[in-house]
Formats: sequence, C-alpha cells, structure tokens
Amino acid sequence: MSTPDDRRTTVVHGAAALIAVLLIVQMWLLAATLESFLAGHAEAALPGAIVSAVLFAACLALDRLVDRH
Amino acid sequence: MSRKPSLPLWREEVSIDIAQERWIARRQFTRFLVLTSLGMLTGNLWILLRAQMQDDGEPLAQRMIARASELGLGDAIVFSYPHEGDDCLLVRTAAGDFVAYSQKCTHLSCAVYYAREHDRLECPCHDGAFSVRTGAVLYGPPPRPLPAVVLEQRGDEIWAVGVSSGAEELR
Repeated sequence: MSTPDDRRTTVVHGAAALIAVLLIVQMWLLAATLESFLAGHAEAALPGAIVSAVLFAACLALDRLVDRH
Repeated sequence: MSRKPSLPLWREEVSIDIAQERWIARRQFTRFLVLTSLGMLTGNLWILLRAQMQDDGEPLAQRMIARASELGLGDAIVFSYPHEGDDCLLVRTAAGDFVAYSQKCTHLSCAVYYAREHDRLECPCHDGAFSVRTGAVLYGPPPRPLPAVVLEQRGDEIWAVGVSSGAEELR
C-alpha cells in the first residue's frame, strides 16, 4: 500500500518527466528560430516566441500542480 | 521518554526522513527545469526583439567602397559594410564581375578569403567553401550562404547599397 509520501514522489516524478519533454521541445524551438533568424527569415521570430511562451506556461502549470499535492 | 510502538528504535534516533529528502530533491530539480524553460523563453524573446529592431531600422546607408580601375581580375579587397567592424570582401572575378559578401563564415564566423586559383571563397578554419558567383555553400560545414552586399557601379566607382541574405534582398 502506498503512503502519502510515495504518492507525492510519484506526482513530482511525473511532472518532472513531462516538464523535461516540454523543455526538449523548447530547446529545439529556440535552435530552429535562431537558425531561421540568422538565415534572414525574421518572420519566424514571433511564432517562435509565442510557442515558447505557451510551453513555458505549461511547465509552470505542471510545477504549480506539484505544489498542490 | 516513551517511543511510539509503530516505529523501530533506529527510525526514532535517525532524524533524516528519506521520503521527505527524496521529495525535496525531486522538487528542486523540477524547479530547475522550469527555470531553464524560462531561459529558453528569454532566448526566443531576445530573437524577437532583434527581429523587431531589424524591421524598424533605417535603410542602410550607401557607401563608395572602391574604384573599379583599382581592381584587376582576381583581386579582392576588404571593406566594412554596413557598419564599422562588419568586414566584407569585394572580389573582381576572373570574368570581370564585381561581387561582395560578408567576410564572416556562416559556420563559426571565421574570416573567409578569396582563393583565386580555385575561383571560390574559402574558410580556412573548418575547410568550408562558397561560390564566388552566388555565395552558396560549395562544401564543408557552413549551414547557409554568405550574406551578399548589393553593389552598384556608378562610372568608375563601386557602391555598396544594401545587404541580402543570398536568395532574397533584406533592404
């Protein structure tokens, strides 16, 4: 039978795994946006920043979720 | 002092709660990941800011960079454009045309030079090469063509009037 501490650790493990996945996507996005910008395609900067903000918001929401447990 | 019957003696005497310690370590790691995510967002916002500044900028100044009569076939000179420190290379090709490109290799910003014997621009750092006619990558690690300087010939004078990314003109 799992204790409250075990459940809490499971939640933080799950959140960390999801945040890590989002972070990898965000790193790829930054690299791709920078590459486009340096190639003279400045129009990629705005969608890149918006998607990055959404990913950061998702990371923050997961982080808050851990605090609630 | 009486101890709880459910706890063994060692648990009572060792003050570290393993589960609590583990949770705190994971929690701090999660916060570190979120902070890294904020760093990624900051990077994207910095690129956006640079893009906005580029869009709002004044048209590039035109500048006389050389006299055509001073350059023989296969000669090359270095000049700064559009700003001081932005080194560029003006080349008079074997065919007699004038072309100019940024001197910064698009790989790791080493200075490229005109290799007259091969009629191409070469980067000595990591063995990359660019076409002298288009600035396109011929071989090696550079990921993009060299940015080209748009030239105008006014009589004997060669003027730099803009910069293009190779395929399309920026300004």
